[in-house]
Amino acid sequence: MRTTVPVAIAFVSGIIMLVSFFFRTEDNVFGDASQQLLIWSSIIGGFSFLLGAISIVRVNWRNVRLKKSGWGYNLLTVLAVFAMLVPALIKKGWLPESMAHLAGRDAGSIYDWIFIYVATPMSQTMFAVLAFYIASAAYRAFRARSAEATLLLITASLVMLWRVPMGEALLNSIHPGLPGWINTYVMSGINLSVQRGILLGAALGAASFSLRILLGIERTYMGRG
Amino acid sequence: MSGWEVFQIWLGAFLTVAIFSFMYKDNPLYKAAEHIFAGITAGYYVALYLDTVVYQQLWVPVTHNGRVWLIIPGILGIFMFGRLWPKLTWLARFGLAFIMGTTAGVFLASELHGNVLGQMSGTMQIQQVAGQPNYVLTALVVIGLLATLIYFYFSKPHTGVLGVTASVGIWFIMVSFGAHFGYTVMGRVSLLIGRVYFLYNDWIGTMR
Repeated sequence: MRTTVPVAIAFVSGIIMLVSFFFRTEDNVFGDASQQLLIWSSIIGGFSFLLGAISIVRVNWRNVRLKKSGWGYNLLTVLAVFAMLVPALIKKGWLPESMAHLAGRDAGSIYDWIFIYVATPMSQTMFAVLAFYIASAAYRAFRARSAEATLLLITASLVMLWRVPMGEALLNSIHPGLPGWINTYVMSGINLSVQRGILLGAALGAASFSLRILLGIERTYMGRG
Repeated sequence: MSGWEVFQIWLGAFLTVAIFSFMYKDNPLYKAAEHIFAGITAGYYVALYLDTVVYQQLWVPVTHNGRVWLIIPGILGIFMFGRLWPKLTWLARFGLAFIMGTTAGVFLASELHGNVLGQMSGTMQIQQVAGQPNYVLTALVVIGLLATLIYFYFSKPHTGVLGVTASVGIWFIMVSFGAHFGYTVMGRVSLLIGRVYFLYNDWIGTMR
């Protein structure tokens, strides 16, 4: 029951989706069923996100309750979750008219304000910091110790130069056709062929993994217990 | 500029500097910002999914439109919370199996059709540049694809013809990784410029 039923659920839902791929969605039972299953999948997936958030709150709150080392940071996480969540869940009708715009998720709400003025600057800065770490990693990796590393270094430098106006002007001064050559033969030639190879390999891997799930061979997603 | 606008800029600047401070070393300011960021991100997605999925796709159709069969995915979704109690972990398998099954069904066909056949068909065509056929580019794409695939083929030792082709493959791969690296660096530096511009122009601007 604990293993067979989930395998059967995966098989039936997967087969319906697979068969429906070969039919038009508008005018047959498979198309309709596949649309329904996608909605069902979205609903269950939504609950899994809630589970993740509950888990974050639970783990952090436990640390706060037990006053573990760094519990203040854990408290900040819990407060941040609720600061974002609670205003979004309040209905506009529950508040006086002058404050109604603060509730919900629309523009001008507290949820929207936190997203724009707190989450966005932090998210952009997190990625901006990576520029320094990439530079540091590049210094260690690019020290042209082998022919392959040199090739990587030259290509990266050419692409970086090519993508900025000053660099493009510099490449043009070396040879007027150089930027066009990089575009055609490096980006649309060598890069495209390698990306195609990687995509092909990944697609074949995804397809075979999907088949293993449908046939019940792959069961690791069920975990233990 | 109103006091509220100045506060918003100072808040953004404080959080930006707090995260940049990690470049010096791990410190309480960075840790606080990091934990706030994690909490806000979790809160953002919970609110989003509660509204768009649980309320709009489940609650409204069941209570307002009489689509009672949607209670089934609702129950499977609630079963996911079984993960929170070790004795009920197995309940989560039903919902998980449903998601895995539908995703596998979609992927099996779409990956083969869209990616495998799509990429093969794209490679078999004569490549065009400015509307004109380019046979050198076509040959480059075909050789590059075959060499890349052979480089990632590990079922036979890379010796002889296979070894030479795999060596050509690694050269192609290095050029492609270099191009991707260049693009990634450009993206990150662009974000860095954006943050430094914000600090210099907006934040310092409030002090002038």
